[in-house]
Amino acid sequence: MSNGTAYITGSCVIRQHQVYNNGVLRWQDTPGTALPEFLRNGYDHFSGQYPKFHKMDHLSRLGWLAAEVLLQAAEVEDHLPGQVAIVLSNRSTSLDTDARYYNTVKDIPSPALFVYTLPNIVIGEICIRHGFKGEHAFFTTEGFDAELVRSYAQLLLDTNAATACICGWVEVMDGAYEAALYFAERREVSGAPLFTVENVKKIYAGNMR
Amino acid sequence: MADLKSQIIAQLNLQEVKPEDIGNDQPLFKEGLGLDSIDALELIVLLQQHYNIRIANPEQGPEIFHSVRSMAEYITAHQKQQG
Repeated sequence: MSNGTAYITGSCVIRQHQVYNNGVLRWQDTPGTALPEFLRNGYDHFSGQYPKFHKMDHLSRLGWLAAEVLLQAAEVEDHLPGQVAIVLSNRSTSLDTDARYYNTVKDIPSPALFVYTLPNIVIGEICIRHGFKGEHAFFTTEGFDAELVRSYAQLLLDTNAATACICGWVEVMDGAYEAALYFAERREVSGAPLFTVENVKKIYAGNMR
Repeated sequence: MADLKSQIIAQLNLQEVKPEDIGNDQPLFKEGLGLDSIDALELIVLLQQHYNIRIANPEQGPEIFHSVRSMAEYITAHQKQQG
């Protein structure tokens, strides 16, 4: 059972061409911008200098971008690479990319698309970018399930499998997208909310850091 | 070779690279352009899609894909064979 002693020390929510960091709107694109252009513009705004970004599928780009924003403000360097876990979830797994790959099979199958036909690849891309080597898991659920991800992450923190965990939701399907990541740490951080289902729901709803 | 460079950039989605950034003899992998194993597969697809060339012997890969020049020479030689 969870002892509940973990804290949420950062968040990033991306939806409807807007990027929020710790509850504050950090950047927004022109309304109606299509997902590929939105992701490229967000990359140019927040990062750049990482050409591999352009080779990723949309799901990985979205998760990568959300992690980029999240970790620019989080003190992730205080944790050992092997102690940073990642637990993500979504509704459509990698179906958006699966369909794109399937379309190439009629001609010549695309190796570059094939490697993204698993949803957990987004976790790998985040790990490569930041050098994380901790535990990770990707769940597929009907909708945003605050308790599922929280309970798994809390288990990792409680059992000393990790000292910090990047958690959340990364969903892409047919041009629709939504990411809600948050950083949970076992150590107490002054002013940080407790890692509870209620607080995770508030982050997803955009009502809290 | 300019066309081939443009095809490589498009095939590999190298959005931050321009044709003039790629030297004719610059290694495509590792310390050169920094391509990886998935890129190598995409280069094989490029040859098949644009030039109808199928590489029968995978061991030829490192030689063919060493640089843009080696790719161009392989394509030219293959086209001459086809007559």
